[in-house]
Amino acid sequence: MGFASRITASALPIAYAACVSAQDAPSRYNLQPPVTGIATEIYSMHTLMLIICLVIFVGVFGVMFWSVIHHRKSRGAVAANFHENTAVEIAWTVVPILILLGMAWPATKTVIAMKDTSSPDITIKATGYQWKWGYDYLQGEGEGIRFLSNASTPREQIEGKAEKGAHYLLEVDNPVVVPVGKKVRVLTTAADVIHSWWVPAFGVKQDAIPGFIRDTWFRAEQEGIYRGNCAELCGKDHGFMPIEVHVVSAERYSAWVQGRLALTAAAKVDDAREWGLGELVERGRVVFEANCAACHQADGKGLPPAFPALDGSPLVQGDKAAQIDLVLKGKQGTAMMAFGAQLSDADLAAVITYTRNAWSNVSGEAVQPVEVAAGRGN
Amino acid sequence: MSETLERYFVPEPSKFPIFGSVALLLFGTGAALWLNKVGAGPWLFFAGIAILIYMLFGWFGQVVRESQGGHYGKRVDVSFRWSMGWFIFSEVMFFAAFFGALFYVRVLALPWLSTGDNEAVLWQGFSGEWPSAGPRAHEAFTPMGAWGIPAINTLILLTSGVTLTWAHYGLLGGRRGQLKLGLFLTILLGAIFIGLQAYEYLHAYVDLNLRLDSGIYGSTFYLLTGFHGLHVTVGAIMLTVMLFRVFAGHFDAEHHFGFEAAAWYWHFVDVVWLFLFVVVYWL
Amino acid sequence: MTTLTHDPIDTASGHSHAHGPTGLMRWITTTNHKDIGTMYMIFSFIMFLSGGVMALTIRAELFQPGLQVVEPEFFNQLTTMHGLVMVFGAIMPAFVGFANWMVPLMIGASDMAFARMNNWSFWLLPPAAILLLGSFFVPGGATAAGWTLYAPLSVQMGMGMDLAIFAIHIMGISSIMGAINIVVTILNMRAPGMTMMKMPLFCWTWLITAYLLIAVMPVLAGAVTMILTDRHFGTSFFNAAGGGDPVMYQHIFWFFGHPEVYIMILPAFGIVSQIIPTFARKPLFGYASMVYATASIAILSFVVWAHHMFTTGMPAAGQLFFMYATMLIAVPTGVKVFNWVATMWRGSMTFESPMLWATGFIFVFTMGGFTGLICAIAPIDIQVQDTYYVVAHFHYVLVAGSLFALFAGAYYWLPKWTGHMPNEFLGKLHFWCSIVFFNITFFPMHFLGLAGMPRRIPDYALQFADFNALATIGAFGFGLSQLIFLVVVVKCVRGGEKAEAQSWEGAEGLEWTVPSPAPHHTFEDAPVFKG
Ligand code: HEA
Ligand code: HEA
Ligand code: CUA
Ligand SMILES: [Cu+2]
Repeated sequence: MGFASRITASALPIAYAACVSAQDAPSRYNLQPPVTGIATEIYSMHTLMLIICLVIFVGVFGVMFWSVIHHRKSRGAVAANFHENTAVEIAWTVVPILILLGMAWPATKTVIAMKDTSSPDITIKATGYQWKWGYDYLQGEGEGIRFLSNASTPREQIEGKAEKGAHYLLEVDNPVVVPVGKKVRVLTTAADVIHSWWVPAFGVKQDAIPGFIRDTWFRAEQEGIYRGNCAELCGKDHGFMPIEVHVVSAERYSAWVQGRLALTAAAKVDDAREWGLGELVERGRVVFEANCAACHQADGKGLPPAFPALDGSPLVQGDKAAQIDLVLKGKQGTAMMAFGAQLSDADLAAVITYTRNAWSNVSGEAVQPVEVAAGRGN
Repeated sequence: MSETLERYFVPEPSKFPIFGSVALLLFGTGAALWLNKVGAGPWLFFAGIAILIYMLFGWFGQVVRESQGGHYGKRVDVSFRWSMGWFIFSEVMFFAAFFGALFYVRVLALPWLSTGDNEAVLWQGFSGEWPSAGPRAHEAFTPMGAWGIPAINTLILLTSGVTLTWAHYGLLGGRRGQLKLGLFLTILLGAIFIGLQAYEYLHAYVDLNLRLDSGIYGSTFYLLTGFHGLHVTVGAIMLTVMLFRVFAGHFDAEHHFGFEAAAWYWHFVDVVWLFLFVVVYWL
Repeated sequence: MTTLTHDPIDTASGHSHAHGPTGLMRWITTTNHKDIGTMYMIFSFIMFLSGGVMALTIRAELFQPGLQVVEPEFFNQLTTMHGLVMVFGAIMPAFVGFANWMVPLMIGASDMAFARMNNWSFWLLPPAAILLLGSFFVPGGATAAGWTLYAPLSVQMGMGMDLAIFAIHIMGISSIMGAINIVVTILNMRAPGMTMMKMPLFCWTWLITAYLLIAVMPVLAGAVTMILTDRHFGTSFFNAAGGGDPVMYQHIFWFFGHPEVYIMILPAFGIVSQIIPTFARKPLFGYASMVYATASIAILSFVVWAHHMFTTGMPAAGQLFFMYATMLIAVPTGVKVFNWVATMWRGSMTFESPMLWATGFIFVFTMGGFTGLICAIAPIDIQVQDTYYVVAHFHYVLVAGSLFALFAGAYYWLPKWTGHMPNEFLGKLHFWCSIVFFNITFFPMHFLGLAGMPRRIPDYALQFADFNALATIGAFGFGLSQLIFLVVVVKCVRGGEKAEAQSWEGAEGLEWTVPSPAPHHTFEDAPVFKG
């Protein structure tokens, strides 16, 4: 094979990269368009580093390929016999050090800026669960809002039984909503294993570590919907726990806060009142689909041995209190998490009632929110 | 010239390694099954151990025969020295992982958990003081004090280092009686150490409510002291083998690397204990 | 220049040792470094194929968005086992195989220092492989916590995790014994006249690699032991409620893990440093600086581990320290690249298969090195951490680095192993198919990662579809190309052009003074080396 074709073959990927990136939207080949100051810095830093690396690369391999062409035996090249040159060796040790110093400088500034989580306008706690996110607005406008955020892509789309939507796997039922231009501090933690809260457009990725609080921040400069994923392997459905953030104007944010707080108030009422069996089962089915079906399966058969069946389970058919306790507190060392921290008393009562009255489980008994509340005590 | 031309001893093909491999295969499978409560587990596990013991006897027996047969020249001796040294270094790194864990939790993790957001949001009121079983400790325990059995054990191990060196001088000076007595005393001290350690564990479980699951204190305490105890046991076995070899008339002032290797190992175990005593019991 | 004072093979003394067991028992009981080296290589190639089949299953699932081929849980098992099998089963044993075959030949030793223990080092690997691969068939399947086995996910796993832990323990024992053997052989068994600074570079890189192994394999053993006790004995090393810290596992793991990646590349540097001078017909440029660079890389590798943990939320000072330290590694690695180029410069080069692979190695490995450097910049790593950008980075350094260097070395020394020259046409075809398909597979992953595709996911958003399809096509092409290698080796073993003692025109070193194939026993009496 001739030299020319060798060069083309080796240079092919680069040429390919160059021409595809010229003709399509940048976010398919490069970092997503940044919407925060930090993300912008990262974006341009990456471009800079890439250029430096490319220049060195072209330089080094320019020399190498020149040599490959000209210093061949078939071209009559006679081997020289030098094998040392102190000056050159010092030069190619020192020059890279200088280049690296040049790279380290902007990076250092950005690292320090990224770590500055002081004086936020709003503080949100993001808790990773297998496999969904829970959000608590801890401080600033919206304080007291709590909700869970589940992937909302239907199973049928994943299994190829329905056409995939535009935001396939990047959509949730309850998105995080924040106001534009405000400094938002995000505290991350997790209930079971390590997850990672990542929104590329914000330049934010922070591991959520069970038992620890870590923090990060962003100030989104542009209204819009930004999507990300959990970025730390967290088990079976790691690929299915997206993050969706809506950045909205101050007015729309206030309106959203009002709506959410009203829902919270309604939930308080639900927790306090007496429920009928029918309503509980109906609501329980919805809660089950959203929170339990991933592991225990919609048919209650589970995926033994990791995820036991609920259909016919002695625990589910047995004493109420024991089941309430397990659901509230989870089971150590397994994927069964403590749902007490995630769901309201009414939701828990509903879902427990549902499992006790679904499939072949027919207790006919209702579990009331007050019983759950009592279970929390001990 | 004679040194450079001396042929390096290359052993004959041997069946022992494959026994060792089968042993570890059974051992690993058995342990995994046992831990997951599968019936066959313990059987495989103990079968593995039995084969391993057979293999060790056979293999080391052959090494001893080769050594006594004069097959090992100077260079083989040097190889043995290098290899024992680097083996001990690898053991140092193994302990370093556990010491590192202890250091990490005491210097970093517990202070983190008990201050700032971690304390405010997750673990309100957690003080993080060592000894700690963590913010969700359910049962109180008493930590292990340094000045009872551990201090005695420190003395025992230090003394055993002295008796071993004394034995070594005996060997070098051709005083077989001193060698035998010194070695015997060392093994005896080792045995007493292990006995006291076992008693200490019993005391910890029964009286102090200090268990393997007593949070991070229990975890680091038992893993560090447990692995050390295991090493003392191995060292004592090595020394016992050496004692038998001394009785069999092996070793002289020039050729006694087996003895020295066991001694190096013993001193290594000794030094690890000193670190343990300071960071696990004392500070 | 190397000369020998007497015939390297011993014909006079008659071979008492030639009467060892035959058939299968020969291989099971052998204490011969060449036999053991061969077994290491066969083992590692089988593992490469197994790990490759897992990779292809992963790629098949990722061919299109949606779940088609495997369930998510099984996908994670495949990813995990692919990583473990490739790292511990394919790449590391292959290099140990090379060391077994070549180190004694290169330094003029009759065998490894501990020939019987050498046998055990090898024969521990099949049991470890059985435990690891067998774990697919236990209830709950293989461990699915990623090859990094991060706690607490690994604490949640089923029995497969325990099997993996014991497999890692056994492989660790094997590696430590193998490493001690290599260290002692190199330090103690060199032919008279071969000083350390005259030793072939492959021996130097392996000496330093062996030190890395001795230092970090026990740490990995410690880390997985703590997982084991957390799983079964109620300890709280990685559980905050009990006062531990999940991130502590990552520190301990990467204290092993980062040196581990250099364990997989330093011997590759050694192989390439043997090949380039041979085919440039010119001495290696900067021998001494090569040695120092290797040592510097090894030393630095102990202080950079947390660059894998930039997103765990370290204090800024920690991030900065690990960022600077990591960037520094580019300097000694650069020295190596420059030295290779300077060796080629004004040489008299020919491009037989080994040289082709070695040149390809430098080219593609350097691309992987540069993406590594980009990962090392902490703020950028925040964006690319746990994305396909990292997957691209490490396949550039592991596949185009370690694996390509292994192929280069195999083509280079096959004449010495088999006595026949490898088929040039097939060797070149193998190279060109590999490098093209390699880039088709892994180059698009840079784009995927930058654009936001996380790693270790069985399904992805629609905008990643095109590049994933391309990568999958490339992967199948790359996989098929590897079958060419199998053909080359089989042909080479069975016949072909006879190889001379000095099989390549420019080849120098003691290994080229013994006949090809190298007789079963070489250098029983040490040669005198005049370098
Ligand atoms: C053979 C294996 C190998 C090698 C050699 C390397 C080499 C390097 N690696 Fe890589 N790395 C891996 C295997 C390897 N890596 C693996 C397996 C992972 C992922 C593990 C996992 O998470 O599963 C990983 C992940 C990884 C990360 C973490 C990414 C993340 O998870 O977010 C980082 C971050 O710093 C990194 C950096 C580097 C650097 C700086 C080098 C340097 O050594 C590269 C140095 C080389 C060059 C720079 C090119 C040549 C130099 C010149 C021509 C000189 C001039 C250059 C300049 C002055 C710029 N690597
Ligand atoms: C050490 C070396 C090594 C090697 C050589 C490879 C080789 C390959 N790897 Fe790698 N890989 C890792 C180490 C390695 N990998 C590691 C450490 C991880 C991280 C794991 C983790 O996240 O925990 C990883 C993860 C990883 C991923 C990410 C998975 C995920 O995040 O979910 C992918 C995806 O494409 C991938 C692909 C490939 C491919 C296509 C090859 C190819 O090069 C393989 C080519 C070989 C063959 C295909 C086999 C030979 C051919 C046959 C058997 C004939 C049959 C062939 C056909 C019919 C076509 N690997
Ligand atoms: Cu949660 Cu990945
Ligand atoms: Cu690294």
